This record gives sequence, C-alpha cells and structure tokens, in this order.
Amino acid sequence: MTAIAAVNDLVIRFANVNGTGSASANGLFAKACFRMGLPVSPKNVFPSNIQGLPTWYEVRVSEQGYLGRREGIDFIVCMNGQSLAQDIASVRPGGYVLYDNSKPLDLRLERADVNFIGIPLAAICRDEYPDLRRRQLMKNVIYIGALAALLDIEFEVLKDLIGDQFRGKDKLIAPNIHALELGYRYAHEHFSCPLALRLERRDLVGDKIMLEGNAALGIGSVYAGATVVGWYPITPSTSVVDAFEKYASRLRIDPGSGEKKFAIAQAEDELSAMGIVIGASWNGARAFTATSGPGVSLMSEFLGLAYFAEVPVVLFNIQRAGPSTGMPTRTQQSDIISCAYASHGDTKQVLLFPEDPRECFDMAADSFDLAERLQTPVIVMSDLDLGMNEFLCEPMVWDDERQYDRGKVFNQQQLEEMSEKFGRYKDIDGDGIPYRTYPGTHPDKGAFFTRGTSRDPYAAYTELSEVYIDNMERLLHKWETAKGFVPEPELYQETNASKHGLLFFGTSTASCLEARDQLAADGIAVDCLRVRAFPFNQTVEQFIEEHEQVFVVEQNRDGQLRKLLVGECDINPKKLVSVALYDGMPITARQVVDHVTAKTRGAVVTPLHKQPA
Amino acid sequence: MSYAKSTFRHPALQPNALGYSKRDYEGGLSTLCAGCGHDSVGAAIVQACFEANIEPHKVAKISGIGCSSKTPAYFLGKSHGFNSVHGRMPSVATGANMANRDMIYLGVSGDGDSASIGFGQFAHVNRRNLNMLYMVENNGCYGLTKGQDSATTDVGSASKKGVANPFTAIDLCATALEMGATFVARSFSGDKEQLVPLIKAALRHPGFAFIDVLSPCVTFNNTATSTKSYDYVREHAAATGAIDVIPMKEEITTDYQPGHNHEVTLHDGSVVHLYKGDVELDVTSRDSAQAAIRRHQSEGSVLTGLLYMDPQSRDFHQMVNSIKGPLRDLGESALCPGQTALDAINASFR
Ligand SMILES: Cc1ncc(C[n+]2csc(CCOP(=O)(O)OP(=O)(O)O)c2C)c(N)n1
Ligand code: SF4
Ligand SMILES: [Mg+2]
Repeated sequence: MTAIAAVNDLVIRFANVNGTGSASANGLFAKACFRMGLPVSPKNVFPSNIQGLPTWYEVRVSEQGYLGRREGIDFIVCMNGQSLAQDIASVRPGGYVLYDNSKPLDLRLERADVNFIGIPLAAICRDEYPDLRRRQLMKNVIYIGALAALLDIEFEVLKDLIGDQFRGKDKLIAPNIHALELGYRYAHEHFSCPLALRLERRDLVGDKIMLEGNAALGIGSVYAGATVVGWYPITPSTSVVDAFEKYASRLRIDPGSGEKKFAIAQAEDELSAMGIVIGASWNGARAFTATSGPGVSLMSEFLGLAYFAEVPVVLFNIQRAGPSTGMPTRTQQSDIISCAYASHGDTKQVLLFPEDPRECFDMAADSFDLAERLQTPVIVMSDLDLGMNEFLCEPMVWDDERQYDRGKVFNQQQLEEMSEKFGRYKDIDGDGIPYRTYPGTHPDKGAFFTRGTSRDPYAAYTELSEVYIDNMERLLHKWETAKGFVPEPELYQETNASKHGLLFFGTSTASCLEARDQLAADGIAVDCLRVRAFPFNQTVEQFIEEHEQVFVVEQNRDGQLRKLLVGECDINPKKLVSVALYDGMPITARQVVDHVTAKTRGAVVTPLHKQPA
Repeated sequence: MSYAKSTFRHPALQPNALGYSKRDYEGGLSTLCAGCGHDSVGAAIVQACFEANIEPHKVAKISGIGCSSKTPAYFLGKSHGFNSVHGRMPSVATGANMANRDMIYLGVSGDGDSASIGFGQFAHVNRRNLNMLYMVENNGCYGLTKGQDSATTDVGSASKKGVANPFTAIDLCATALEMGATFVARSFSGDKEQLVPLIKAALRHPGFAFIDVLSPCVTFNNTATSTKSYDYVREHAAATGAIDVIPMKEEITTDYQPGHNHEVTLHDGSVVHLYKGDVELDVTSRDSAQAAIRRHQSEGSVLTGLLYMDPQSRDFHQMVNSIKGPLRDLGESALCPGQTALDAINASFR
C-alpha cells in the first residue's frame, strides 16, 4: 500500500462532535505548525447548532506559503462516530486515518488504500480520568499528543502553547501536558514515528500573526475611535462586537472612575442597531454595527436614509451563504448587489473588500475616516471564512501620528465667524461634499433639520423638481469624489502581459494567486487584479480594457461583482467571464484552475468538487 | 396651511432667566391642517422649554414619520432636528443619546409611528430607560396617510369613514409602565394648563419620560363617533391632578392643602408637587398607576395627568457605566491605544 510522503505539505481534517471542547485542542495543532515557522491555514466547518452535530476543522500546511483551501485530505482524525463512514471515505488514497480503536472498527468501513492508525483513546481516558467531562476534554489533547509523534511536531512547542493557553490557571498546565504525553508515548510505542507525511521546522512566517478577521475588525474599531455600538446577534458577525468589547474593556477604561469610554447597546433587532449608529453618527460620535445578510436586508431602509441625508455609517457585513437563512454557517460573497445598492430609490453605497485580518484592521480604521469624509455609509464586506477562521497575515500597524479624519464639520468658532447663512447641503468646495454641524454646537447658528425627504441646500423641505435634481446630481458628484478616496485595487504584476486577466476580491485572493501559479505552470499566463473597493476606480476599468478575457472569480451564483462591473464601468461585458464558486466552502485553487482552463482551452468544464460537508 | 405666524411681539414680553424670549423657542411655519391638535402640542413644548429655562440649542428633536413627526420643524428652530424613518425614532434617539449624554433629547412620534410599525422600538427604549422625553401625539388614526384606524383607536370608535373599529386598542401609557418607563403621563392637546407643567417635569426627569398626548386629527378623526375627538376627550377626561415643578433653588411658597398634595423629590433636589384630584393613585407605584388606568377605562373615562414617576431612576449610561460627559468629544488621545499596545496585541496572536 502506498503512503503519502511529504514534508510540510498536508491537509489534515479533524472530525469532531460540536460542543465537545475539540476546538481548543485543534487550535493547538494549527498554532504549533505556526510556531514551527510553517505557513498554515485552518478552516472551521461547523453546523448551525450548539451541541451534538458534526463539525470539522481542516488545517492546511504549505511550505510554499499557499493559504487557500486545498482539496484532498491527507490525514483525518476521526472523533465522531456519526460521520465516521463519510470521514474515512473522504481521505485520499495513501492517506492516514487516526481513529479510536477502543472498540473494533466496523469492517465495512475498512479501506485497503489508506493507512489506519488506531489509538485506544476512550480506553486510555477511562483508566486515567474518573470524571466524564474530563475524559471528553482530555481525549482531544491526547490525540494532539499522538499527532505530535506521528507528524513530528516539536513537543516543546506544544508544551509552551499549553503554558500560554492556561496562563493564570496554572494548575491545569501539568495535567494537559500529561495528556499530551500519553498520546505521544502511545504513538511512539505502537507506530514507527514519524510517518512519511510529516512536518519540519522552517523560518517562513517571520513576524506574522494569526487571528480571525472579526477580531481584527473589532480591534481596528477601537483604534479608529469608535465609541458607540448598536448591534444584534447573528452568525458570523457576533464576534466583531465581542472583540470590540473585549479590547475596549481593556484599553478604554477611565483609570480614575473605572467608567467606559464607549457604550454598547444590544438592540432589539438590526433596524434598531442601524438606527443607533445613525443617531450616534449624526450626533458626532464614531459608531458602527456588524451583521450578516439577513441583518443587511432589515437595515436597508435606514441605509437609504443615511445615504440621502448624508449621515456617516460604518457597517461590517460578515457575509454568509444566502438567500434567506441559507446556509448560515457557510461562507459566500453574495451580498454584493444588495449592499452596493442597499435601499430603494437611486442609492449607491461605498463597499470595501478586505482579503485578510491585517486588511480587516486597516479597513476598519479607514472606514470611519471614509464614512465621515464622504458623509455616507461605508460597508466593509468580509465573510464567514475571513471572519471566523484564523488567517496568517502581517502584523497590525498603527501610525501614532495618525489623526482621525472627521470630515467637514463646522465647529463653534467657525460658525461664530460665519457671516453667510449656514447651508447644510451646499456644495462649497465643489467636490459634492457639504459641511455638517453637530447638534448643540452653537446657540444661534448651524442648526438644521435632518430628513429623508428632499430638501434644498439649506435643508428646507422641497418638492421642486430642479432642486431635487440638483441635489441628486450633487450626490453623484460626491460619488465621483469617493473614487479618489477609496483604496486602490491591487495589481500583482508590473505591467499587464497576458491576454487573460483574473479579477477577484476578498477571501478568493489566496486561492486565485495559487491558481495563477498553477496556470502558469500549465502554460496559461494570467494577470491578476484584486478589487478593494466600490466605487471602482479607473485602474479597474483599464485592467479590463487591457485584456481580451477577464475571469471574475466570486463566491456567489449570479456573478454579482461581474454585474456591478458591467453596470458601473464603461467596458465590453463580453470580456468578463464569471467564475462562480458558491458551494459555501472556502474556494480552492483547483476550482479556479479548472474553470479557467476549461474556458481558455475550450475543454470540458469539470463540475464543482464535491465536498464532504 | 394653518395660520400665518405674526412676527409682532409685545414690547413688555419678558425674557426668561437665560435671557431668551419665547420667540427663541419657536420654529418654522406649520403646514398642518388648521386646528390640528399637534400644533397645540408644539405650542406647549415651546412654552414649557421657555419656562424651564432650557437653552434651545441644547435640545435635539428626533421624530419618525407622520403629521406628528413633522411637528419638530415647527418648534425650537435653534435646535437640531432629525425626521428619521417611520417607527424608528427610538433607535435614532438611543444612538444620539449614547453619543452625547449631556443634551436634552425630545422625541416626537405618532400613534401609528409608536403603536404599530415602531411598537418594538417603543417597548425597548422604555426598557433602556434612555434619558429622554418621548411624546406621542395620539390622534387614534394615521393622519398623514388619510385617516386609517391605528392601533390606539378604541374598540367601537369610528372615524370619518364611519366604520367602527373592531380591534383591541393599545394603551401606550400602560405599555410604557409595563416596559419600564420611569415617568409616565397622559394629557390632552387642548389642556395646556395640564400639559405644560407635565412637559417641564418630564424634561427634568433623569430617565425615560413618556407622555401620551391625546391630540385630535380635525380632518379625519374629529367625528361625533370618535373617542379621540376634541369633544369626547373634553367630556371624558379625568385628571389625576395638577402638577407643579419647583426647581431646587426656589423657595416653596404655595400653600398646599393637607391630604391632597403628593411631593416627589428629584435627584437634583427639585420637587414635583401633585395636587391630587379625586383619584385613587400613588404616583410612585407602577401597580397603582396600572390599576388607575384600567379602572378609568372600565368606567368609560380617560385618566390624564401624571401617572407614575420613579425618582430613583438610573438611566442607560448609568446602567452601562459609560464615562461622564459626551463620548463624541473624546479625541485620539483618549480613544486610540497606540502602536505600543498594538505590539502587545500582535504578540498575543503569535
Ligand atoms: C415604511 C413606511 N411605511 C409606510 C409609510 C407611510 N406612512 C406615513 S405616515 C404613516 C402613519 C402615520 O401615523 P401616525 O404616526 O399616527 O401619525 P399622524 O399622521 O397620525 O400624526 C404611514 C403609514 C412610511 N412613511 N414608511
Ligand atoms: S391630517 Fe389630521 S393629523 Fe394630519 S395635520 Fe391634518 S388634522 Fe393634523
Ligand atoms: Mg396618528
């Protein structure tokens, strides 16, 4: 029988039962790879349920530094009887199956083409731990210990991680290390360790960090000076607010009084959450909310008000698979159109597309500046993959000289010195962006009535067609101005050299760049562009101009970004080929390669790879 | 269009203690129907703010959508106003208040705005005990969309269309009491004597103050068959009593008849005096207030006046322990932890 042999190139899957404490043990594995200097990308595959259903945790280690998901499971850790058959079947020929052989394996599940590694986890736990919950938790740690022996993970690294994990609860450290040793010893005594598939220390991660995008959005919002949060719980966005609260509670407490320099309201629904953001921003505070598709739908009326009345809003949309409740714990990029044109009437909303947590941090901070500069909603379009999985990325950086851009706001003194009448919606600078005032600034000057109805430059209600049109045109002019403020797209080549372009955004990036390398190896060169914002600027249009065919990779069925490009750019729509990968799992390079190859060589389209979950 | 506002002012008109004249509290020209109850509510707000010596620009007026929600344009012209979306004033007011706790928040809504589309938001802003005055100009119909029944239309009441309403009415005061409001009152747009002091007391209250103001719609719901008409309310109102607000610094000079006077001392030392009518009510008891509302309902009368107040009220900011002073005034140095702290955060992710 063959056995997959590779160093630092593997995909391992952990099959667990939701709610059994496996998450922290599995996290330990990924972190150990990271601390051995190896590029690693873990992905959670979990159900919309609290306890009892199958969950998977998939870790890819790639010495080449590819961080997207990869098909083909080399190693599976089977800890869930319910999904056992499916799990064993999912392994590549030559792969490895670690299972609990306290009871013999059902003969029907045996496969001749994979390597079974039986470890009597339940039996070991029964002997070691009288307490049932303990047995459950320690079982997870024991298989990590066994993996250390099998895959050659440095034991010291694991011990350090246990030390970090239980800092402050020191008496838990020794028992956890003991559990690691139990697994480690058993594996060494019963198998020839390490396997042909193994890990080896490298120096490939430098000063990078590993965190979830949602944590970075929360931290970015603390740094950006957000003080007011209104929100309503929804997976996968909840941890944005959790992170904000965690770091603000550490870093934003008045030392004298113990009082908070922020306020969070868990609202009754997303309408209210958005109302809170609008009220706070109108009143001069930096405010945000975080939600997912269903919440965006509810916020839509308010987003139109904020667009038209020109109130800054920061909204983090952690997209998940729709429509409706869809697959609430699977990832997608399928709110592009609903966010770009959120609300009735002629509205356009500014969107930002982060690719990793470092960019989540940057874009969180930038979104507040942009929203206040442009006096309009800014929607940061993350997704479940980025939000709830740890990504390897550059460390977060803050320039201590950085000043918040609070936009055009007249203060008390400016109002005092003003001889002409204050006009809230007057385009003084010719860039479409008017000046605003905060409530309570001046006793006689600068007050105005904010409304969602049409109004003249002095904020007075009007239904005069010319005045209405003037205002709508000014908003369009402001939109043009916005193109100069939003982040530029990223190009991955000095000059465009191929007739084929690959255009992508957000969490498709890692897999698209890996696909580019594979395609190049296959003799198909592609130029790459990553869209970072809507409105699109000139560079995007030019990229499309310079290529005969541009593949637009996105994680939705209908090619929403492609539609947006066709609608908003002066381009030939026929050039844009949609690569729609929307099965709810993070996309892989192989999927992109298959699509592009099929379309460039006229070959048969390979169907989407079936995933085990 | 109701009336042309006269710019003439009697020279003897006295400014208030802050030096503001009553005109400083007025707003734009009303575009409501002549005789609409809502205009009288606006006038009462002007009078109350003037008498209470409130700096006009320190008030933020927030409303939803409806004839009632338009009225903030017609008073306090020196204040910022926000005419938001239908039924969502409470959330906008919540955000505004969170941003700056040092202003006065005046929310104006209608019965459609608060008892139907915005019923959820109304309930929850009560729960938060947000420091604001929330007024519903309650005409028992949807004025702006031409007179449909609302959720506060009484069973059997018929508007201009002539069809008696078969559905249970929502009593907003009872709801507010249930949801945790710490100041609850009902009044009538036609009774300025009662309404003005209620507004003054509510403005002082450090928490969520709710006033349900019966405010007839002359165009659609002022019929002989309506229970929200001028005539009906005048004939069927029973008042809990008149109130008087005495700021702390002022000496109490009035003589009160023993047994008929209920005093409630506020956090700042001011005193609200209730000269009780013939009504069995303890204004510091929610249960007593609920019982009184129900008793009058069953007798076919409407109980007006102060119904409940909790002088121990703790507002939203106290509950979440946010810093004294406006959050919106904090700058980079107070808010941004800087690169050194970020280095430590980065390290925790390695
Ligand atoms: C989402 C939405 N639905 C419906 C409307 C139409 N609408 C405008 S005002 C109103 C009713 C207002 O009734 P109320 O709050 O009682 O105010 P009134 O005009 O009676 O003072 C309705 C249904 C709207 N503006 N927005
Ligand atoms: S329709 Fe009714 S509520 Fe509206 S302005 Fe006229 S009288 Fe007032
Ligand atoms: Mg009404």
